[in-house]
Amino acid sequence: MVSDAKSRQARDALLGPLFDRNPITHYVLGICIALAVTASLQTTLIMCMAVIAVLCGSNTIISAMRHQIPSSVRIIVQITVIASLVIVVDQFIKAYAYDLSKSLSVFVGLIITNCIILGRVEAFAMKNPPWLSFLDGLGNGLGYSLVLIIVATVRELLGSGTLLGYTVLPSAYEGGWYLPNGMMLLPPSAFFIIGLLIWAANSFRSGRK
Amino acid sequence: MQADHSNRRAVGVVLVVCVVCAALVTTAVVLLRPVQQANRLLDRQTNVLAAAGLLQPGKSVEELSRQLEPRLLDLTTGEFVQAEDIDHFDARRAARNPTQSIALTPEQDIAQIRRRANSARIYLVRDAAGAIKTIVLPVHGYGLWSQLYGFLAVKRDGNTVVGLSFYEHAETPGLGGKVDDPKWKGLWPGKQLYDEAWRPAIRLVKGPVNRQSPEAQYQVDALSGATLTTRGIEDLLRFWLGPDGFGPFLAKMRKEG
Repeated sequence: MVSDAKSRQARDALLGPLFDRNPITHYVLGICIALAVTASLQTTLIMCMAVIAVLCGSNTIISAMRHQIPSSVRIIVQITVIASLVIVVDQFIKAYAYDLSKSLSVFVGLIITNCIILGRVEAFAMKNPPWLSFLDGLGNGLGYSLVLIIVATVRELLGSGTLLGYTVLPSAYEGGWYLPNGMMLLPPSAFFIIGLLIWAANSFRSGRK
Repeated sequence: MQADHSNRRAVGVVLVVCVVCAALVTTAVVLLRPVQQANRLLDRQTNVLAAAGLLQPGKSVEELSRQLEPRLLDLTTGEFVQAEDIDHFDARRAARNPTQSIALTPEQDIAQIRRRANSARIYLVRDAAGAIKTIVLPVHGYGLWSQLYGFLAVKRDGNTVVGLSFYEHAETPGLGGKVDDPKWKGLWPGKQLYDEAWRPAIRLVKGPVNRQSPEAQYQVDALSGATLTTRGIEDLLRFWLGPDGFGPFLAKMRKEG
């Protein structure tokens, strides 16, 4: 019975944030990065991996030391850990995915200010054991990635007529028939797409009730 | 007493966390720096080759780079100068150093670079007979968000474009970022930089260039949706082709024939 409850808890920590408690469509967190990096699918994938790595790492580390952190300085400790992880991830991207790091520029550094990460650390990792916190980090990272990948797919397809750089809709500039929608390449278009996704998620949720 | 104790503990915990995190970050930065440095150099070198039209699939950048002959150039006189260690010449550091650079007046500074180094490292490509075939010139200037750094390759006549390639910028991806688009870069080869009076004449114009027009040899399509990046590129070319850039050197090359 105990192990049953535990595995249900673990499954909930991992799968809950994918749909029901998705950080973007449910809590509307981490929008800044979602607007900035989703103009092309490739940069989005690297960004998603970076966010997942930082989320899992910071959740696990903070959870492991949660009994040692005095509550008066907990935010400082959390941000220090998160910022360090982000710098390490950024260094790795610069070393092993140099071309993509050029197009991501400052946005990897901005993961530090992504509210999802501090939010999960403060709301979940401070109260739960490391394994569960790791799963929560992974779940939230995947939920976040899911939305970002949808947004990036729409934006790259309609904005450039390509997916991962491969031509899907031959654009009129190159003799094809598709006239790319330049607005899709600008950050506001991500607002519209995310807005539609939140609407879809909400109406789906209320329909189920 | 209680509060005192908990304060001391808080400071202790924060100190330990900071030291551990600092060690982690330092280790990552130090261990990965050589890889990153190599990436940056490789990227710049790739762009020199791309501008000179020497990139070949399947051949390593190192191998292809043997065709490049780096030379240090005095921009004011247009003469080559001796350099002890040309591989380590850093134009950006030189531009910050008052003894190795000049400040530009607002009238001179059309590329918005504020200071210009006295020297520049250029690359020469020679043909089989040893005569100079292509000259690769480093150029930079301000676009919409950032300085664009790149290379402009010209033929021996100092006038016909071989290629233009930027290796560092932070323009809007998909709009100004299209400076990296191979199709746009493909518009440059064969264009003429100067008019008959040897004034910089190259222009970026809206809409497809009318190939019938006599002006077409000086015109390249602007980047759609990126007016300011386009203007920045035009300005930086005008600057570097002008009297404060490579103008004197290119004039000398022409005279020597």
